[in-house]
Amino acid sequence: MFEAIAFYLFAFLTIAMFYITVTTSQALYALTALAAGMIFISAFFFILGADFLGAVQIVVYSGAVMALYAFGMMFFDTTREVKEKAANKFIVTGLATISAILVVVIVAAPIVADNITAYYPMTEGAGNTQEVGIVLFTKYLVPFELAAVMLLVAMVSGIVLAGKKMDLSLTLMSDREILEMREEKNKKVLS
Amino acid sequence: MMEIGLNHYLVLSTILFSIGLIGVMRRKNLLMLFFATEILLNSVNIAFAAISHFYGDLTGQMFAFFVIAIAASEVAVGLGLLIVWHKRHNAIDLDLMSTMRG
Repeated sequence: MFEAIAFYLFAFLTIAMFYITVTTSQALYALTALAAGMIFISAFFFILGADFLGAVQIVVYSGAVMALYAFGMMFFDTTREVKEKAANKFIVTGLATISAILVVVIVAAPIVADNITAYYPMTEGAGNTQEVGIVLFTKYLVPFELAAVMLLVAMVSGIVLAGKKMDLSLTLMSDREILEMREEKNKKVLS
Repeated sequence: MMEIGLNHYLVLSTILFSIGLIGVMRRKNLLMLFFATEILLNSVNIAFAAISHFYGDLTGQMFAFFVIAIAASEVAVGLGLLIVWHKRHNAIDLDLMSTMRG
């Protein structure tokens, strides 16, 4: 009973928030609606018993990703209204077709594959966080390490792309060039 | 009606995925396009968590974790590229990027 009420309430809220994100013409409205939608999605994870996933969703999406977008939006002109594509008949038709096919496939897939058995069944008497830790550090250890390396690569590339004068390397420059660069910088500060 | 099953979650995930798809197709601003891709990834996460719950299998949750990691790194690299593009062209419209049109 309460599960049904919670499900329908959060489903309505999530759909409304994401609809605002997709349709609004203000970038700031879209950002805040997206953050709210992310938090509402974590409610589904808590309903489904995936507590750790819900906490990670809140921390990573509403914390890290949204903060990153907020910092990124400082670079762009966000007060200007966002221009939309002119409505194209073919695009809309194709969109409707693809969505309909997706609905059919996603709803029909579990009916077709009815005899699914669990690879890694839930451990009895262990909390969700414990279970996740057991499976993540035994069966999925290599993908976990790969994900760590991928996050490191993403961090370095983000710093290099967004930072200033990242195309220069101090180790490859001679001392004279470094001095010249510093003098130029001082001139800019003084002028 | 009052019993929430797997199909409820799958239908919700489908609706959210369609919303994200509409966003990807009709947005011209690249920042808005990134928002729409976030919606797509999140809708898939709901489906993974629901299947993991109803079949008593933790694999779905594991994949949801990896999807979250991929989304975080995608945002970092994508925003970096977007900032570089904005510095050069002073605009982030998708139509300006069609320089390789034949």
